[in-house]
Formats: sequence, structure tokens, C-alpha cells
Amino acid sequence: MAGFLVRRLLNYVVLVVVATSLAYMLAASALDPRANYEGRNPPLPPAVIDARLDELNLNNRTPLLARYVTWAGGVVSGDFGLTVGGDSVNDDLRRRAGVTFRLIILGVFFGGFLGVAVGAYAAVRQYGWFDRLTTIGSFVVLAVPVVVIANVLILAGVWFNGLVGERIVYVSGEYTPGLDAGLPGQALDRVQHLILPTISLSIGLIAIFSRYQRNMMLDVLGADFVRTAMAKGLSRRAALTRHALRTALIPAVTYFAFTFGSLLVGATITEKIFGWHGLGEQLIDSINTNDVNTVAAIALLTALSVLVASLLSDVLTAALDPRVRVG
Amino acid sequence: MSDPVLQVADLDVRFGDVRAVRGVGYEVRAGEVLGIVGESGSGKSVTALAVMGLLPPHARVTGSVRLRGTEILGAKEKTLTAFRGRTISMVFQDPLSALTPVYRVGDQIAEAVRVHQKVTAEQAMVRAVELLDLVGIPNPGQRARAFPHEFSGGMRQRAVIAMAVANDPDVIICDEPTTALDVTIQAQVLDVLKKAQKETGAAIVMITHDLGVVAGFADRVLVMYAGRAVEVGQVDDIYYRPRMPYTMGLLGSVPRLDAGGRRPLVPIEGNPPSPAELPPGCPFTPRCPMAIEACAEAEPPLEPVNGPGHLAACIRAEEIARENLSPAEVYDVAGEVRGRHAATPEPAAEPAAGPAVRAAPTPREGREVVLSVADLVKHYPLTKGAVFRRRVGTVHAVDGITFDIRRGETLGLVGESGCGKTTTLTEILELTKPQRGTIAVLGRDVAALGARDRTALRRDMQVVFQDPLASLDPRMTVYDILAEPLRTQGRRDAGTRVRELLDLVGLDPGHAARYPQDFSGGQRQRIGIARALALEPKLVLLDEPVSALDVSIQAGVVNLLEDLRRRLGLSYLFVAHDLAVVRHLADRVAVMYLGRIAEIGDVERVYGAPMHPYTQALLSAIPLPDPVKERSRRRILLEGDLPSPAHPPSGCRFRTRCPKFKALTDGERVRCVEVEPEVRPLDVDQGVACHYAEKLEVV
Repeated sequence: MAGFLVRRLLNYVVLVVVATSLAYMLAASALDPRANYEGRNPPLPPAVIDARLDELNLNNRTPLLARYVTWAGGVVSGDFGLTVGGDSVNDDLRRRAGVTFRLIILGVFFGGFLGVAVGAYAAVRQYGWFDRLTTIGSFVVLAVPVVVIANVLILAGVWFNGLVGERIVYVSGEYTPGLDAGLPGQALDRVQHLILPTISLSIGLIAIFSRYQRNMMLDVLGADFVRTAMAKGLSRRAALTRHALRTALIPAVTYFAFTFGSLLVGATITEKIFGWHGLGEQLIDSINTNDVNTVAAIALLTALSVLVASLLSDVLTAALDPRVRVG
Repeated sequence: MSDPVLQVADLDVRFGDVRAVRGVGYEVRAGEVLGIVGESGSGKSVTALAVMGLLPPHARVTGSVRLRGTEILGAKEKTLTAFRGRTISMVFQDPLSALTPVYRVGDQIAEAVRVHQKVTAEQAMVRAVELLDLVGIPNPGQRARAFPHEFSGGMRQRAVIAMAVANDPDVIICDEPTTALDVTIQAQVLDVLKKAQKETGAAIVMITHDLGVVAGFADRVLVMYAGRAVEVGQVDDIYYRPRMPYTMGLLGSVPRLDAGGRRPLVPIEGNPPSPAELPPGCPFTPRCPMAIEACAEAEPPLEPVNGPGHLAACIRAEEIARENLSPAEVYDVAGEVRGRHAATPEPAAEPAAGPAVRAAPTPREGREVVLSVADLVKHYPLTKGAVFRRRVGTVHAVDGITFDIRRGETLGLVGESGCGKTTTLTEILELTKPQRGTIAVLGRDVAALGARDRTALRRDMQVVFQDPLASLDPRMTVYDILAEPLRTQGRRDAGTRVRELLDLVGLDPGHAARYPQDFSGGQRQRIGIARALALEPKLVLLDEPVSALDVSIQAGVVNLLEDLRRRLGLSYLFVAHDLAVVRHLADRVAVMYLGRIAEIGDVERVYGAPMHPYTQALLSAIPLPDPVKERSRRRILLEGDLPSPAHPPSGCRFRTRCPKFKALTDGERVRCVEVEPEVRPLDVDQGVACHYAEKLEVV
């Protein structure tokens, strides 16, 4: 088991290094930080521009490989370099990563959990009203762009607040600035801000996971071992949860890892609409401002979190499936 | 007599508009074994699941199922779960999928205990280990902690049986419990079932398509056809005095291990009807050799014939009973006057292809060698690692085998799964230089062949595969399938030849434009055979050609193969695991074990007096469709499973399971452990790879 995980970890580390290096090279050769300075009025002397770019390790006249080595050296010691504005990438990223991860971890958790539950139940009651309803529901969610869903959620939130006559859910921002309500009050405030974006993120996940889990579950429902379990005298419910669902969970766990990685950046739209300043927003901004180091850093962060999610799903798979553990 | 523990009456199962089971009824008493026999689609498994209440919700079940007097059909789930596993339990067909892959075997058995008994987890585990011990799992304490994938098929089926007897049930329903297993393992599992029955005193309902399995095991037999019981009776009545033509056909179509000579099998014409569109009246009418007009008018009820307890659903059952017709007579009259029987039982029961045809005119030595294989070896590397693959072992799939086939002769290559018989066949098909040894087809060493010669040689050697559906391209018509080899080898007149071929294998040439899915299993296999014969080969390799077919269909294909061999002067290499079919079709037989030939020789000699302990065990493990013989037979039970071909035992590979080895003195054993026995001729055309071979009659 431990050996299995160590081998996996090694594989992932190699992958992360390769992916990040490629991302850096791509960003460094495609983006043009020099343009940020050249178009200025009054024009800056080229020597000044070069000096400034050298300082930031963004000079496209330095060979790509040399820039890469400088950057990679910094990364190894935990320094992601400077933004185009000359600030530390680290500080900026630390704050934004916190924002995004808070959103995503909750979204994935609820999305995965509810998706599996909905899918499994729909499969058990195949062609029943619940199955039909969730089937239609998930296709609607999958067909409608996130932008629309998020805005509908905002409208619904506002309507709901109006109905209750109090602000229960907040539709914008991460917290109320300058709120003076002590620690519990601030925590509650943050939760109130979290509700809508979390729903917006998880609803798509629920749609996907439920479709996926429904199929997995249908596969095992007719399996002989479920019948054996019932022939033993287990009730249908017990046979379904203990034997069918348990076995059908294994592939969903693998799927989870991939979802996490793609969400990290994919949450951009949700972040933007709800006024959260997270990594997705930052990635778009940094591409617009030719901020090579930030782009590379976000790529690295994404790769790392995919690594963690994959490792987590490996651990879960191994925990769920003894065939991976034993022989 | 005690009261019946399980009474089923008027059981009807519908899936939508399809009536899968139509008014089946039976009862079993404590300690009694009822065999339910039928071909696929006869509704026997559905009946069992209906009794257990395990059919999917869309099935509509009516009738009555009483367990110890309590009606359980349509009962609340709570009542059902209280009965299931405690009063009535079930053993399923496929042991590989009957256990939940993610739980330990011991836990799954303990779960069965804890559902019905108020015991602690520890006590349940102790009981689980006891049960595993009861069903003969070695080292049960440790094996209880294993996961299902670490168990072999036979061991998993034992575990399922352990689960079924965990709560001392009154009725155990076994749905084809040994179909997925090799014969020696089947013998072990049947033995375990008998032991479990003795232990619990339960009634057993044994569902099977194998008439041999129930012959020695059941007290009474119920024969099902098209969702109905067509004949019920004491096992001896059914086997020796069958009164329903279907039962007779079934018995006549089973190839038998004990039948000397090569009597042709009696196939039943046509195919079993689809439950969705049953013919009017008796559903067997279209296939029945004794059918008269009245048969198509109404379905005959199950009525008593000669003696109590023997019921048959046939309007002519009385007539059959009065004249005491044998299956051979019933099926022989078919050719003459349909439905009318000549009063005197004629000895003409020996039809055209008698044993006389079998003895080839020229002796074996004088005939041309069609295929010769010498010291053939095929090893597969076992590798590990994804990026850096390294060899960690060798699978000795085929490890030095030698045999030859002469013109007009059939060699049966038999053995259990994993013995290397299919690998041997594919090696021959490759027509390339083997890893070691030589293969010569029609006297030409394949190692020395050029590309052109190889293509030409392929014309003389064709193959028929096991799965008739998978081996035919579903998007090609039968015409295209048969014309393809002709075109490939540059023959023009494909049209005439295709018609000829279809006629040859007993299919209507008018059906050439149809697709494979429009044919039944037996017909598809005939198409496969026609394709193999398209280029007029001299040698045909048959890879389990009939094992996917029902017995009544299988008989027709077996007869066809035999007929073609005689008419076209073909030679066959017949790979099969069914020794009875091989006895029927082959002139010589080679028994393989773990990549080696254990015994080879003339079929009559090897089957009559096998000399290798493995052949003896294999033959004795096969149940005969003959209750009296079966009851008096002594089985040689092999212990354990086939060792892994990656680590074959030293010396004689069979010694780890050999009953003879156990009886030897330590001094004698040394030879078995150290020296690998070679096949040595011990009698006229009978070679044995055993240091201590001696003859033994086992069939």
C-alpha cells in the first residue's frame, strides 16, 4: 500500500515538473511583457526597458532557457519571481489561492457527495419520478452556461432575501468589509457570502457526478453479488448500500481527481460573477498584462493541486478497492 | 413421508408480454434432491429466482410458493428477508461474480450469519471459519481474510456454498452451480454440496442443463421446456422410462462417455421456441418426431403415466408407455411415417454411420501425416512495471508436446482450462517457427515457409472457433462471409461454391443474403464450419466448436462434423474440455495437463483403460447420464486447484494433486519429484507420461 502510493507520488512529481516547465516556456514565449513598456508616452529608452525587464526576469532578449533556469532556480527555493508590476508573486498568490481553494473545496465536496447520492438513488429507482426529474435536471444544468446559472442564482438570492425580509445570502464579495461583529459574527458573514457561489459551483458537479454515478450503479445493480447479498437475507436497502454502492463508488473516486484540477481554473466565471478575487480571475488578468511569472505560478499551483487530488483519489481507491491493495 | 418444505404451484412469470414461466409446480421434502433440467431459455433459472423473490421488479409473478406452509410469494420484504438465507438459500451459477469484490470472504460469510443470528462479530467470524472448513477450504482461518479475487473459481463456489448453509437452511436452490467450473472441480463442488446436504438435512433444488450432474445426485427430476414442466418423475423413471418425446430427445442427444463405438447422436430438429412467440398447442410440436395434428390444438396438461409420481405432458404419453418406446425408436420413426410407429421395435436403431465406417480402410501407419507437432514449446514472459518493463517469470503455457494427425483422423486435445490446449492450437495456426520444436503441416516444416507458401498452406488448414457469434462479422452477409476466403485465394465462381457449402452444412442456400444475427447458435456454428470448408482444406482445427451450444443443438453439429469428416476425408484437431464429445468424435485423444501431454492414444484404449492418474481422475469426474451407473461409481477426487503455469511443480507436474503419488512410498516418490516423466508407449497406441502408470477402469 505505502509502496504503491510512493510510486504514484513519484510519477506525479515528474508530471508536475514537466507540466509546469512547459507552461512556463509557453507563457514566456507567447506573452510579451516588453509591450507593456514600449507603447508608453513619453517613450522609455530601450536600455531602461531592458534593465527593468531583466530585473523581472522577463526580458525576451535573454535566451528562453536562461530565463527558465533563473525562474526554476527561484521556484525550487520557493520564490515564484516578480509580477510585471514588480511585486512578489508569492504574496499575491497566497491570498488568492486561499479564496479559490475555499470555494472549490466546498464546491467539490458538496458536488461530489450530493452527485453520488442523487445518481445512486436515481439508479435504484430507475425510470421512477426521481430518476426522470434528475435526468432532466442534470441535462438542463449541463446545457445552460455557468454564467446564466450564476446570475439566476443571484436573482433567486435577492428574491429570497426579499421574501424573508432580511439579508440571509449575500450575492457579492467574500465578506462584508469593516464588519464589527467579533469572530463568530465574521464567520457567519463569510458563510453567508459562500452559499451562492458554492451552489453555483456544485450544481454543475452534481449534474455530472449524478449521471456518472447513475450509470456505475446501474451496472452493479444487476450484478450477481448483489443478488447473493439479498439471497443471504439482507434487505434490498442493505444490499444496495453495503454491496452495490460500495463497489460502484470506486470509479467515481477516480473521476473526482480530474474534476478537481479542471475546477481550479474553471471556477473563474463563478469567481468573477460573485465578485471573488481568486486564482481564475488572476490568471486572466495576468495573461492580459503579459505577466509571465504569475501565469507560470498559477500553472504550477494547478498542477500541484491536481497532484494532491490524484493522490487523494488513489488513497480513496485503495481504501475502497482491496484489489489495488492486495496483489 | 414428511411434509414438503417447499411447495411451488402454478408459478407464472411474465416480463411484459413474454411469459417466461408458465404454470410450473413442484414440491420438495427435507433431505430430497429435485433436479430441474432444461436447455437455455426453458425458464429454469427464472423459476428459481421467482421462488427466492429475487426477480427484478418489472417481472410479474403469480401463483403460489409455500415455504414450510407459509405463502412467500408477494409477501412483505420483512418476511422475505427473514426467510431468505435462513430457511431457503441459493447457490448461483457464476462463482466469479457471486461474491462482492471489495469485502473479505470471511466477512461475507459472517454477514450471512449475523443477518439471522444474534451473535457478536467475533462469534460470526469463528462460525465463518468453521463453515469454510466444512466446505473444504484448506487453512480456513487464514483464507477467511482473503478477498474473492484471491480465490480460484472452485474455492469461490465453495465459499458461496458455505454462505448458503450458514444458517442451516431447509431448502437450498442451486442454479447451475458447476457449469462454470472444470470437471475435476465440478466433482469436488458436487461432493461438497452432498456433504453440506448431509450436514443440514436440507432439501436441494438442483437446476442444470447437464443430465449427467443430476443423474447421480437427484432423487426426482423435473424437465422443463418453453417455460413449462413437461415431465416429472423419479430419477430412474426419467432416465430409463421417459414418456415425453422432448425428454427422450434430450437423453438421446447427450454424448456419452461410457458408450462404446460411435453411435451418432440423436439431435432434436429445429430450435427451442422463443418465449415471446410460442407455437400453438404443445410448444414442442414443431420439433417432435411423434407430433400429430391434435398436438397443435391444445397444450397437454401434466398427467400421470405408468405409476404414481411420474407425470408427462404429452397426449401420446400413454401410447409411448404402452409400447414402451425407447428414445432411439421414437427418433428413428421420424424419418419414416411421422407420428406412426411400427409396432415391432427394430434393431435398426444403429443408423447409417455405425462403427463399421469408423475403422479406416488403411491402418494408421500407412496413412499420410497431415499435422505433426514435435516438442512444441510456447512460453509467455511475465513482466512487471509500466515504464521499465522487466521479466519476472515465465508462464509455461505449452512445454514440449509431441503428437501427429494422419489423414482422415481426428485427434481430440482435451484438458481443463489453463492446460495449454488453446495455446497449442493458436501456435499451429500461426504457421511460423515456434519457440522450440517443430510443426509440420502436410509434411512441410512451417519454420521454413516463405510468405507465399504460407498463404498457400493456409488453404489446406482452416479453423472453426468456439463462439459462433463472435467469430462471424455481424456486418457481413452469410454470402460475403463464405465468399471472402474464396476471393482471398483468388477463386472466381464464388456463387456456386457458396450454395454448395450451405447445402453441405445443412443450411438453406436461399438464406445466403441474411446476416449472422438472423440465425440461431447452432446455425451460426454451421456457417463457421462452412467458412472453414470453403477452400477444401485437408486439416480443420476445431476450437471447442460445440461448447457454446445446447445439447440438442450440439448433437446436430457433432453429427455434421463427423459426417463431413467421412465424406470429405478431413482430418480434425479437436480441442475441447468436454471429454464425452471427444470420445464421440475423436479417433485418438491427447490429454493435457499444465502444458504437457499426460496421456495420448487411441480413444477406446484411453477411455477404456486410462493409465495416467490424471486421465483416470478426469474421466471419473465426469458424471454419466445414467443414474444406476452413477450411483455405483467411485469417484477419484483430485485435491486443490491447478497449479499456476508460471510455477509448475518440479518433476512430474501432476504430483501435487496425484492420488497415486500419495500412495507411493517415500523412496518411490523421489522419482516423481525429480524426474519429469516423458510420454512412453505402454500399449498399442497408448502413451503415458507417468513413472508408475497402470491401467484402471473408471467409466
